[in-house]
Amino acid sequence: MANLDIKLKVDASGLSCPLPILKATQGIKTVESGELVEVIATDPGSVKDFDAWAKATGNALVEQDSADGKFRFVLRRK
Amino acid sequence: MTAAAADKPKKLVIIDYSGELEKTWATMILASTAGAMEMETTVFVTFWGLQTFVKDKKRITGENWMQKMMSFMQRPGASHRKLSKMNFMGMGPWMMFKLAKKYNVAKPKDLLEMAMAMGVQFLPCQMTMDMFGLKREDLIEGMGEPVGAATALQLMTEADSTLFI
Repeated sequence: MANLDIKLKVDASGLSCPLPILKATQGIKTVESGELVEVIATDPGSVKDFDAWAKATGNALVEQDSADGKFRFVLRRK
Repeated sequence: MTAAAADKPKKLVIIDYSGELEKTWATMILASTAGAMEMETTVFVTFWGLQTFVKDKKRITGENWMQKMMSFMQRPGASHRKLSKMNFMGMGPWMMFKLAKKYNVAKPKDLLEMAMAMGVQFLPCQMTMDMFGLKREDLIEGMGEPVGAATALQLMTEADSTLFI
């Protein structure tokens, strides 16, 4: 895990589909282009969903890892 | 940035025809997520679907006795949708909302508000408004101008994907 300059953290733990994606979208709109947003989710479906969301929107999925049933996503605003 | 995202935005049209809770839920999940995915999303709201967009606090709508009777028999509003199966006088929806709360699933009304905030356009069907005697002030804030079938079809022919729910 590199030392990333995270601008905003979004905790979507416990939330079901599609809320992690919606919360992430609301969050990323509050940062500037090129800045990073970290999202934590517990919904296993969010792994594929964030990939699809990144492909569709053009925002980059910089990092993705998981530990203890938590999924972590680092997104860079386009 | 991927090649797909650099292209013009994908377009989605949803025809929101049904007013049942489970179908309304599907419409709102897909509309809000499409908004989050920066798809240009239009929801054409017609027939029973339009009942979802009547303000929750409205009890009776319509001008003549038949329209009023219709709204009395099935209460309009996003928070008052019934299940098509296992409604059991409201027990079914009550349990659905209990489960939704337990598992942190957003309610249709919340998803609708998020979809609107993300730029999803909801267009009421003029004919349905006329038939049910619905006025613009009966409907929630934030909807587009009422349109007809020709507008819906025009949007559908230009869309990348169309759903009839």
